[in-house]
Amino acid sequence: MLFELDEEKRLFRSTVRDFAEKVIRPRVEELWEGGEFPYDIVRQMGEMGLMGIPYPEEYGGAGGDYLAYSIAVEELARLDGAIAITVEAHTSLGESSFYYFGTEEQKRQWLVPMAQGKMLGAFGLTEPEAGSDAGATRTTARLENGQWVINGTKCFITNAGTEITGGVTVTAVTGTKEGGKKEISTIFVPNGTPGYTIAPKYHKVGWHASDTRELHFDDCRVPEDNLVGVRGQGFKQFLSILDGGRIAIAALAVGQSQGAFEEALRYAKERKQFGKPIGSFQAIAFKLADMATNIELARNLTYKAAAMRDAGMPHSKEAAMAKLFASEANMRNTTEAVHIFGGYGFMNEYAVSRFFRDAKILEIGEGTSEVQRMVISRALGL
Amino acid sequence: MNMVVCVKRVPDTAESEVHIDSSGKGIETGKLSFRMNDADNYAVEEAILIKEKIGGTVNVISIGDEKSDEQIRMALAKGGDEAVRITDPALEGSDGFALAKALAAAVKGMEYDLVLTGALADDDGCAVVGVALAELLGVPHAAYVKKVEVLEDGKRIKVGRELEGGLMEFLEMDLPAVLTIQTGINEPRYASFKGIKAAAKKEIAVKSVADLGLDPSEVGEAGSWAVLESFSYPVVGEKAEILEGDPAETAAKLAAILKEKGLV
Ligand SMILES: Cc1cc2nc3c(=O)[nH]c(=O)nc-3n(C[C@H](O)[C@H](O)[C@H](O)COP(=O)(O)OP(=O)(O)OC[C@H]3O[C@@H](n4cnc5c(N)ncnc54)[C@H](O)[C@@H]3O)c2cc1C
Repeated sequence: MLFELDEEKRLFRSTVRDFAEKVIRPRVEELWEGGEFPYDIVRQMGEMGLMGIPYPEEYGGAGGDYLAYSIAVEELARLDGAIAITVEAHTSLGESSFYYFGTEEQKRQWLVPMAQGKMLGAFGLTEPEAGSDAGATRTTARLENGQWVINGTKCFITNAGTEITGGVTVTAVTGTKEGGKKEISTIFVPNGTPGYTIAPKYHKVGWHASDTRELHFDDCRVPEDNLVGVRGQGFKQFLSILDGGRIAIAALAVGQSQGAFEEALRYAKERKQFGKPIGSFQAIAFKLADMATNIELARNLTYKAAAMRDAGMPHSKEAAMAKLFASEANMRNTTEAVHIFGGYGFMNEYAVSRFFRDAKILEIGEGTSEVQRMVISRALGL
Repeated sequence: MNMVVCVKRVPDTAESEVHIDSSGKGIETGKLSFRMNDADNYAVEEAILIKEKIGGTVNVISIGDEKSDEQIRMALAKGGDEAVRITDPALEGSDGFALAKALAAAVKGMEYDLVLTGALADDDGCAVVGVALAELLGVPHAAYVKKVEVLEDGKRIKVGRELEGGLMEFLEMDLPAVLTIQTGINEPRYASFKGIKAAAKKEIAVKSVADLGLDPSEVGEAGSWAVLESFSYPVVGEKAEILEGDPAETAAKLAAILKEKGLV
């Protein structure tokens, strides 16, 4: 057990890193300040095959695995979390509904252009009244003359409102099951459908250039065939989708941590106080030692969960552990990175301040830390 | 157009400190990361652009140990067709001339119209190999090439060479020929994931010096014109004066000193 990536993965990592260094690094500040969605970068990532890494080539994907995908998300996040989450939400949430549950025709129509990077995908689960308790969804869809009539509101939906967004896959209550439980199904709503309105972008603490929106459905009608997967299986479907998503969010946390760590390490060697580099003070050196250790642990756990998924093994618990540990470690790491920069770390010009502000969401999105602990404890039989 | 591109694995020293190793003839590589030599990356791109435009093949050659496979595969991932790695302990201590002999022996066994190398290696900075290779192959060369245009008949090319002060020299050459490519000639692409996957499966032919029909004494120190004795750190001068201030101030101070000493 050497935990070494094979040559293909190493080449892939260095390609994505090179791309990120040359194309994304010079744009990071502008993307943060302006918050404009980086269409050109997304187009270029599409050409490189980064917008559908784990899906087969016949569906426009790159034919890679989840580990390759995690590595790409990590490398993008090392410089810019907003770009990484754009790829992550598109791949793990938007595309995966079609790939795992869609009909052949849905795959051809939606997955192919998404995987090619020509169209962006989004997934709408969260609602004002249904966050961690995602089953409490209030959005409804009733079948009427061969059409779903959708009513309700979704909030915090990534990638929903860009010019290249194809549409959003939403969960909705489509009836009542035996015993009075809600029947939840998943339905795709193309952008531009009458009755579907997309609110302006939220002003966020971090990830400024990523597109996050509130969505309103007001007697919005889509064809019956837009049902993705099996009617009444929507809850089960998104739970399995989230297993994959959590691995990628863990990878995103590893990348953001790595980026912040590299900044802090360099600064600790350069910054002098009391006539010495601050890194020579044990108090600072130990912070960096802890950060490096946390990153190593988080990365190993993330890659393990990805490899388990690729091997077709059950991995809900490992995915939750990776997401939990990597995101909480990232919060600590970025806090320490700011601390190592002292007052400069509190200034927007310094990358560590951005990494710090981008960190918190990773403990919240795709299931809060509490939700991850619930998943893990359930797997322990509690 | 049949093309051959020579690529070299070099340490990435832009962000790291370089230390001389205990042999005194090399640097400590343990903490360094490695990449394809910058100019070679442009040479690969230029070959692939030509291939895309008029068709042909791109053969990749590298001298090095199996770690060089990473750089070779990157060239394959971007559109290279076949690859040869020349690996032999006898090559240890070779100068640019000896390395060019090994490359020439490999290139002679291939069908080629155009050989592209980087103009300069980032590690030793000799800028010798490409030109020596052309001499050994007995074909014309152009160095520091920043523009390549294949002419109508496909038997000649027009090249632009970078001269000092932003000047370009244009000339027409008969093929076959060797070009040493300067950085900035094009915009190297990023390999696609599909390309990387395909490259990872490709065979890299590994050849020893003997496989190429050379005697070991023709390469290595014995076959070299220049022999590396040792590296040393530059001696820190006693009288170094560090000018401080913003660029405008430091430039003014420097100008004053140069004038005062009568150097300009
Ligand atoms: C930038 C951003 C992008 C997002 N993108 C998407 C997207 O693309 N698609 C999508 O569907 N959603 C998205 N979300 C929503 C995100 O997944 C939710 O915010 C998250 O699941 C938490 O839900 P909530 O905000 O309603 O918090 P709540 O569920 O209200 O939680 C509030 C707090 O209570 C705690 N809590 C709740 N229940 C329990 C319990 N049983 N035990 C202990 N503690 C509990 C939570 O852990 C949390 O600390 C995004 C959010 C953000 C901020």
